[in-house]
Amino acid sequence: MDFQAPTIDYAGLSPVIALTAGLCIVLLVGLFRTAPGFMPALTLSVLAITAGLCIWQWGENESLVEGALQLDELGLAAALIAIFAAAVATILSIREPSAQDAGQGAFGALLLGSVLGMVILAQAQNLLSFFIGLELLSIPLYVLCASAIRRERSLESGLKYLVIGSVGSATLLYGFALLYGATGSTEFGAIAQALGSGGLADDSLVLIGTAMICVGLAFKLSLAPFHQWTPDVYQGAPTPVTAFMAVATKAAAFVALVRLFQVALGPVADDWNTALAAIAVISIAVGNVGALGQDSVKRLLGYSGVAQAGYMLAGVVVATQTGVEALVFYLAAYCLMNLAIFVAVVVRERETDRGDDISAFEGIGRSRPWIAWPLTIGVLALAGLPGTSGFIAKLFLIEATVEADYTWLGVAIVIGTMVSLAYYLRILSAVWIKDEPAPAQPPLPAIAGGGPLARLDGLEEGSADVSCPKGSAGPLGAYRCALVVGAGVICAAATVAFGVYPDPLVDWATTAAESLAPTL
Amino acid sequence: MIQVMLWLPLAAALLACLAPRRAAGWVAALGAAGTLGLAIALLAGFDSASAGIQHAVDEAWIPDLGVRYSLGVDGISIFLVLLTSVAWFAATTWSAIRMPERPKTYFLMLGIAQTATLGAFISQDLLLFVLFFDLMLIPFYFLFGSWGSDHPGREGEGAIRRSPATIKMVVYTLVGSLLMLAGAIATGVIAGDGTPVFSMAELRADPLGEDSQRWIFWFFAAAFLVKMPAFLVHGWMPDAYRVAPLAVLAVFAAVLSKVAAYGFLRVVLPIFPDATIQFQEVILVVALASILYGSVMAFTQTSARLVAGYSSVAQLGFITLGIFALRPDGADGAVLQMVNHGLVIVPLMLIMVILAERTGGDDITRMGGLALRAPVLAALFLVVTMALLAIPGSANFIGEFYILNGVFQEKIVFALIASIAMAMAAYYALRLFQHAMHNRKRDDVESKEIGWREGAIVGALVACIVGLALYPGIVLERSDESVKDTVSAVQEPSDEVAARR
Repeated sequence: MDFQAPTIDYAGLSPVIALTAGLCIVLLVGLFRTAPGFMPALTLSVLAITAGLCIWQWGENESLVEGALQLDELGLAAALIAIFAAAVATILSIREPSAQDAGQGAFGALLLGSVLGMVILAQAQNLLSFFIGLELLSIPLYVLCASAIRRERSLESGLKYLVIGSVGSATLLYGFALLYGATGSTEFGAIAQALGSGGLADDSLVLIGTAMICVGLAFKLSLAPFHQWTPDVYQGAPTPVTAFMAVATKAAAFVALVRLFQVALGPVADDWNTALAAIAVISIAVGNVGALGQDSVKRLLGYSGVAQAGYMLAGVVVATQTGVEALVFYLAAYCLMNLAIFVAVVVRERETDRGDDISAFEGIGRSRPWIAWPLTIGVLALAGLPGTSGFIAKLFLIEATVEADYTWLGVAIVIGTMVSLAYYLRILSAVWIKDEPAPAQPPLPAIAGGGPLARLDGLEEGSADVSCPKGSAGPLGAYRCALVVGAGVICAAATVAFGVYPDPLVDWATTAAESLAPTL
Repeated sequence: MIQVMLWLPLAAALLACLAPRRAAGWVAALGAAGTLGLAIALLAGFDSASAGIQHAVDEAWIPDLGVRYSLGVDGISIFLVLLTSVAWFAATTWSAIRMPERPKTYFLMLGIAQTATLGAFISQDLLLFVLFFDLMLIPFYFLFGSWGSDHPGREGEGAIRRSPATIKMVVYTLVGSLLMLAGAIATGVIAGDGTPVFSMAELRADPLGEDSQRWIFWFFAAAFLVKMPAFLVHGWMPDAYRVAPLAVLAVFAAVLSKVAAYGFLRVVLPIFPDATIQFQEVILVVALASILYGSVMAFTQTSARLVAGYSSVAQLGFITLGIFALRPDGADGAVLQMVNHGLVIVPLMLIMVILAERTGGDDITRMGGLALRAPVLAALFLVVTMALLAIPGSANFIGEFYILNGVFQEKIVFALIASIAMAMAAYYALRLFQHAMHNRKRDDVESKEIGWREGAIVGALVACIVGLALYPGIVLERSDESVKDTVSAVQEPSDEVAARR
């Protein structure tokens, strides 16, 4: 029997190759002593190269490695979001105790590994590559969550995520097996063909398989009622990891979900869209109600993430072109606004001894406008208020639901948003209305000090001065502070810019969604 | 020109952020003055014989979603634009004189608020309107929260803290607004074939089916009634009014409630005519309840802020009554009354700043004798009070007369009950004036004349009130055509409704 090696389009595969190579380099270089700040810079440059390759391949539309992966704009869009989130997480991780403990090299390599998983997952066109991508995404994250090995919470978070993630993966895999049994193929196109030929819509294998796939993915996407791990893991994990996990995982998994359900399971849409709609509504309800009583901002964001995932799922449920467009737009906007908030959380965690408690933000509207404003804009955008991309994203999504005769789902989104105001405004009220409590304790010595980052000398002196008053120069250091705060400011500025002039992002989302057009 | 007017306050506010601390207020005030000038120029170039949209701008904004950047004024909105500019000019200058803490953020918020409010008045695209309507609220959240003060509360009731009070306000009003957002999107999608249509003119020309209108009507009505606030959904008002900074409350009370009333005229009547006719009496009952409840509450309150607040509830009830008479004279009166009420509330709130300074609070039982050494203040206050109670000869009287006239011809019972409230207005307005200015002077009350700069602002506003009283035609003549045009949408009900009647 002849074995024919698959033809491989190396150009199309280049983002994956670059990430893999970069991962190895970062891991190996991390074994040597390097100047502080060198490893994050190396990680960032790998991410930059990958992003460049993704942009280079933008517009290509072909099947890679014998149909294992599909190179199209949708997958690349998710890859770009994940890469951006990873870049911000890398910046946030500089001098983060957890990254120090793990070693910056290992931290960077794990992050890149997870991004690699996301890129593969977002492009997967085959059940096997889908599962490989998902595991590649998850396993580094389990480790990253536990990377603050001196904090019990972090270890607990890693373990919890591992256990629950594995249950999710197992369920998903079982579902895949059943689906394969019913249709005789692992390839999305062939599955769709088998399902489309009729007679299989009521097949118990297909029904049970689809249900298990739904459940497995719902675990990963922290959709209710499979969300219980989310607040604990979000709170326990080191904040840069939480930031990355919150936005990048969502982007990759949602794109994979939409591809799997529209392409492979499209012919039996009637089987799953009611179930997904129910999950969406439950998530909206559970997430928003759960967030109400939270005092930890990270827990709060965890619950709000459950609710936001519910909103986004509406874009999948409607199974229309507009729905996918709205989903991609929402993912990109969500990435920007969430990162703006996490930047503020990281800065306050290092400056005060109150961790991510909401009280750590009291009065920063007066004392730290450069953190307070991005935080405010991010929160307003999450709440979907006009003038931010969050408003346009909700508008897009509700329009998609109404168009597809799912008006009640649109109304559910609106009602969820109303409830969410109560907790989002609590953050804003801490920032702007409450007065700053008595001066914080002196900065923790563990994260203070360290030589200045020689590479970053070029940054504007001015912005560093404004953003970091003298008292806070210790924990973060002026240049690093400017870098971290700068990331937040950029995210917030983009959130406002896309709220006022959304056309470029709308076009981008439309192009990405069009790659699924033939199946919709 | 209309675009410059819309964005000038925001631009000036951003400029104020760059200006030195002390100059920030004056840069913002200059922006507000420029906006006022442009609004007057807009009025000067206004053709009163036409009912259509003038100074129109129409460009694509988000083509994929069918949202257009479409602006313009007609005979109704032009005066509300003018009112907005006047109110903001007064409040901004006032604030510039009494420099608030952290002036840059304060004036930035005030600027955003003005741009958003003007935007709501001049949007000709339904979604743009909703966007500005929602945006309007955010700066006020910060202004009330950051620059307001905790209210000590009355006896037997705890202090009212800023943070919960402002959150309550935002949640209340946004609940309405978000429903409106859903309603607006539904309207556009249902009306459009493929791509949604949000242009108000197109939506009016081709109204939705009656079933869709019926539920979408309530989404919009909820937003507007909460914003006003109307009876039953006014729960946010007392707390918010007591913690708000007064200069900001002046524009808030004067203009924001008018956006809601304007929304009924601009959106609900023309776009949902069948539902409007169907639910006319329900809204009339709500309006009547607001009038009675507002009036009764206004003369039992001891907080001067709440007297003003509840009187606004009553006045907005009147305005709603006029609009839902669904006759041109009723709506004419409503438009005039919106301008009147706005012009009265701004100086009233500013005078209250003085009262609070002289007496240390807003409790009218602890005031008294202020007029002793402050004849000018007393005179200005008296004119405002007279206008508030709609004494014959004031423009407010004419406005209420038109409204009642419209309602009499349509629903006589409502008009009879509403006219009782006019008498109540006299009672609470005079009670406020008397408690503050007359009576025996208490020892802790300082009777001092109003400063000349503050006096000039209040004086100018009072001059506007007097001017409008002498010649209310300036509003009525120009708004008449547009009002007739708007109301005509509900006077020719679709065949379906006519048949059922």
